Formats: sequence, C-alpha cells, structure tokens
Amino acid sequence: MSALSAPVSWARENLFSNWKNTLATLAIAYLLWKLALPFLDWALVHAVWWSPDAKACRAAKGTGACWALVADKHRFMLFGTYPYDAQWRPALASLIFVALYVVSAIRACWRRWLALVWLGGLVAIGVLMWGGVFGLRYVENERWGGLALTLLLATFGIAFAFPLSILLALARRSTMPVIRWLAIGYIELIRGVPLISLLFMASVMLPLFLPEGVTIDKLLRAQIAMILFAAAYLAEVVRGGLQAIPRGQYEAAQALGLPFWKMMGLIILPQALRISIPPLVNTFIGFFKDTSLVLIIGLFDLLTTVKVSLTEPKWSGFGIEAYLFASAVYFIFCFAMSRYSQALEKSLGAAQSRTTAGKGAA
Amino acid sequence: MQASLRDARFRALVFQLVALAAVIAAGVYLVSNTATNLEARNIASGFGFLQREAGFAIGETTLIQYSPADTYLRALAVGLANTFRVALLGIVLATIVGTLVGLARLSTNWLVSRLATLYVEVLRNVPLLVQLFFWYAIISENLPSPRAALNPLPGVFLSNRGIALPTLVYEIAHAWVLGAFLVGVLLAWRVSVWARRRQARTGAQFHAFWTGLGLVLGLPLLAFLLAGAPAQLELPALAGFNFSGGATLTPEFAALLAGLTIYTAAFIAEIVRAGVLAVQRGQFEAADALGLRRGLAMRLVVLPQALRVIVPPLTSQYLNLTKNSSLAVAIGYPDIVSIANTAINQTGQAIEGIAIIMAVYLTISLSISAFMNWYNKRIALVER
Repeated sequence: MSALSAPVSWARENLFSNWKNTLATLAIAYLLWKLALPFLDWALVHAVWWSPDAKACRAAKGTGACWALVADKHRFMLFGTYPYDAQWRPALASLIFVALYVVSAIRACWRRWLALVWLGGLVAIGVLMWGGVFGLRYVENERWGGLALTLLLATFGIAFAFPLSILLALARRSTMPVIRWLAIGYIELIRGVPLISLLFMASVMLPLFLPEGVTIDKLLRAQIAMILFAAAYLAEVVRGGLQAIPRGQYEAAQALGLPFWKMMGLIILPQALRISIPPLVNTFIGFFKDTSLVLIIGLFDLLTTVKVSLTEPKWSGFGIEAYLFASAVYFIFCFAMSRYSQALEKSLGAAQSRTTAGKGAA
Repeated sequence: MQASLRDARFRALVFQLVALAAVIAAGVYLVSNTATNLEARNIASGFGFLQREAGFAIGETTLIQYSPADTYLRALAVGLANTFRVALLGIVLATIVGTLVGLARLSTNWLVSRLATLYVEVLRNVPLLVQLFFWYAIISENLPSPRAALNPLPGVFLSNRGIALPTLVYEIAHAWVLGAFLVGVLLAWRVSVWARRRQARTGAQFHAFWTGLGLVLGLPLLAFLLAGAPAQLELPALAGFNFSGGATLTPEFAALLAGLTIYTAAFIAEIVRAGVLAVQRGQFEAADALGLRRGLAMRLVVLPQALRVIVPPLTSQYLNLTKNSSLAVAIGYPDIVSIANTAINQTGQAIEGIAIIMAVYLTISLSISAFMNWYNKRIALVER
C-alpha cells in the first residue's frame, strides 16, 4: 500500500461514496471555488490594512476589504469616548473580566471563595472604571463605551441576575401558593416580552416610577433592565437543575433535621447548580449577545461604537467591514463559551454515568 | 390550636401575607410616584391618544391602507400587521432552511456536514442585531442603484432600493384555483381518514398519500387549465429613479427577513439534528425487520418520535423569532415596536405605548405556549 492510500480511501468514503455524494461534493467544491475564493481574495489578498485618510480604501472599494477602518478606529471601538490617556483603565478592566471568566471555568475553582474572587474583581473593575480614588481621575459613566461596556453590561448583569434567579427558581418550586404564583407571574411576564420593550421601559418609563428628585442614570437603568431580564431566563435553567435532583435528597436532608435554607445551601443547590452549568453557560451566551440591544436606547456598547465609526464621512460606506469586525469580536467570546459548555457537558455527563449506573459514556 | 411562628403552616401563611403585602405596597408606591410625575409633566394618562391623528408617514404597509391623517390606532394596527408579515414569512423560511441545514449536518458527506456545522457555529455566535446591520449594509450600501440593478432571474431586480419581484395580475380565475386547492385539501383529509379506518378494519392498504397529493395539486391545476391558464405577470420596470410595477421588498424588510431567517435557522438546525439523533438505531432496525419500506418507516416510526423531541423547542424558536422581529426598530422597518416608539416620542404616552407593546407580545407568547401545551399533551408518551 502506498502512503497515498489513507487520504484516498478517506475521500472515497466521506466524499465519493455513491453518485449522490459525489454530485454534492462536486457542487460544493464548485460553489466554494466561485464564492469562497473571491471572498478570501477580497478579505485578505486585496485588502487595505492601513490608510488613515481612507483614500486607499476608496480606491480598492469593491475589490478589497477596508480593514484600515478598524485599524484607525480600534481605540474608539474598544473603549468608546473614555479619556484617551486613561484608556489603560478600561483595558485592564476588560482583562480582569476575562480573568474572572477563566477562573470560573476551571472546575477546581468551584469553591465558596470563588464568590469572593468575583466580589473583589468586580470592585476592582468599578474602581478602575470610575476612578476618583487612589489618584485615578473620576470618569463619569456617560463616557464609558466600546467592548469594555459590553463586557461590563454582560458580567455585572449575570453577577446580579444569578443570585436573583436562584431565589426565583426556589420561589417557583415553593409549596406556598402566593410565592409560587408571584414567581410564575414574574418569570412568564419577562419571558413573554422582547428585551427591547424592557429596555424602552428602563429608558422612558423608569424615571416616571421614581419619587421626585431621585434620578438614576441611563447606564444603570439599562443594567437594571438587563438584570431583571436575565434573572427570569436563568431562573428557568436553575429550576431545571432543581427538578433533576431526586426526591430522596430532599427527604434525607429533612430527615437530618436541616432547616430549609441549610437544606438548599448545603445539599440541594450544590448538586442542582453543578448539573445546570452547561445550560447556564448557554443562557449566558444569549445574554452576552443581547447586550448589543442597548444600542437601541443609545448606550455606547461595542456595536454602537462600531456603528458610530461609520458615521465619520471618510469611513462611510464600509459597513460590511465594520460589522464583520464586530461579528468577529462577539464570535470569539461566544464561541469560546459554547465550546467550554460542550466540553463541560461531556465531562459532567461522563462523571454522572460513572457514579450512578456504571454505564460508559455513549 | 395556638398560632405561633413555630408552626410551619402558620409561618408559611405569615410569610405569604408579608410577601403579598410587600408586592402590593411596592406597586402602590410606584403608581403614586408615576401619577405625581405625570401630573408634574402635564401628561394625560389613558388610551385616549389612540383616536388622535398620527401625522407621521409609514414606509410600508401590509393589507391595511394608511395615511398620516389616520389615527394612532390605525398606525399601530399597520405595525402589528407588519410584525406578523415578517414573523410568519420568517418562520416558514427559517423552518425550511433550518431543517435542510440540520439534515446536512447529519450527512455522510464530509464536506456537506462540515459546511453545515460552520453555518451553525458562526451564525449562532454572532448577535442578531449585528447580522441585521450587516445585511442592511449589504443591501443599502453595496448593491447598485436601480439603473444598474442586478438581474439574477428574469423579472427579479436587486438594487439598493430593495428587491423588485414580478407579480401575478389578478383575475377571477385565480379565486377558483384557490377554491379548488381548498377543496383538494378537504378531500385529501377525508380520504386519509377513510383509508386509515379501512386499514384498521380490513388491513387493506390504500395509497392515501399519493391520492391526497394528487387531489391537492391536481384540482387547482385542473381549475387553472379549465379557466384557460390566465397567468399574466406584471414585471417591475425602471421608471425614473426606482422600479414601478410588480412588488418591491424594501431594503429594511429584506434585511430583517434575511437576518431573522438565517439566524433562527441555525438554532432550528440544531433542534432538528438533536431530534433525529434522539431516535434510537434500534427503531430503524425494528422498522426494517417489520418489512416497512423506507418512506413508511420514516413516516410511521421515526418522524413521530423525532417530532416529539423537535416540536417543543421548535415552538420556542418561533416565539423567539417573533420577539426578535422587534429589532426591526434598529433598521427602520415599521413593526409594532417602532411605530409604538414613534407614538411615544410624539405624544409622551410612554406607559401606554410600552403597555401596548408588551400586551401584544404577551398575547402572542401565551397563545403559542397554550398551543404547545395542547400539542405536548396530544403527542405525549402514554406510559403504563
């Protein structure tokens, strides 16, 4: 057998096993030739990577992509209108966000001190962004923006929505009818309406709810709406986890004489949360994507800064490049999370089947 | 029995009363604040503004005639119709695309399954709003002007003013064709009921599917041919700076429909794939062993089981698509949210406007979940 035979037999099996497969393979190969090659040509070969005045981009329009737009506006896209010389602060804050995600992803770190790490991280981020202490200049939150704001909305949203969602999930499974119906009403109301309506509510209706003289700034209002929104969705995931815990666990805890909160905190929730982590991560991905909706009420998140970059006359008309860049940034975060969730599901599933039935992972 | 906080039932009662009182107190507090604020700003509450003249133009309407002299109520109705139009079309298209992609991911052809995986992974992990802006940028910035419009199919023109399509010139015969189609559907249904009963009684099989297909397609075709096949197309033609004649999908509508379809299809593909994978191999083999032909095995054994897994998450995707159509406001398609938003900006009736939006979506959500519960009950496994 020659060295070639492995790839050849692989191709015969996976690409040309019968006439239908062969036809599909040839059709796709033709399409790739006609579409993917010109795209790569446009995106890489003929692209303009550097052109501060955009003249080279205009010249290459139609034949090459204008990544010079991203090169020119990247500081604005990442940090919005944050004071230019202080932009290391949102940059460092973004790194802390990523570090928090990474630490939370490691299973050895799923301990009680993780909550403290989060608390410390979030406080550090708040100090970095606002400033006003340790000789850092105070920066009002109207000037926060870009990727840093997207990470902020997503992370603070989850950090506050998660505890709330546990309470909601417990309330929905409560034996007390009033508590249960309040939780059901809240969860179904929030899940039944689009996020935009909640954001509109936060931006135009919330000021009417407050007593005279009290105002909450726009960012905080949007953040509250996103927390209330995320809590309803997360609560359903947590409830799924709670439902998967066998009755015997509750009964055993009660037999030990544990009161309700100890039973939940020591016996039920640690198990329920562990199995609901993969769907929780999926909900978080959706939430991360949903932060882009704050564009509609005029906050300067990543998508808004990308869109606003296009309003500069010299960069107008390069929307495709700008949105491809925004897509790539969102994709990196969401894809990493979804891969993590899949891997976790596999390893948790394997652990589950080892301990319970003793059957191998399928 | 002495009431005491040590008694679990009494404690539960107190706890519930306190929770209820807290919620009611919070509600009263918010309402009274709102009333004071509204008074301070001279905003009259109530839905009286719906009868006032709207005074703004709407770019495109579905079925309902509208002019700026009409009322806010009519404007909102136009918005609702536009929401339904894009949501219904999106649901149909996303189901088709999603099913194809989902089945493609299961293909034995490496290239096909890899491409489908790429589609799902990329599209699922990019926010819908970014995708909408992307499609809108492609249509409005990168397509040529109407004078140099792309013409991929005869009568179809792609330009930065939207997509111009030919339409059928309506004639009375078309109503007959539609009527024949409905009669065909009715007859096909009767035939299938009859065939099932007969098979249960006698065991004799009848090709109900092909007969039904013949009725559903054949009757309208017959009516069409009897009427002399009246099929005159009205082609879009360039007049001045834009196309006239035929039908035009605006750039906003086209971008929204494309975005919703392509995004939701990625999720539907995963649902379809999971549904097919959920049917165990043994079921295929058992159907084979019974001597069922492939089509029958698919229809009688595999599909009913796969659908049981597919339909619940599928309906929630339909619901998501409908809720996501509210992103229309970002690219300027006049759906219910963007029209309510305009109304809020013009009248200051924020509470009423948002209440209308929420009521509309809640009604849709609750009706879909009611349907889902009914369906789940119908198809649920009957276990011993």
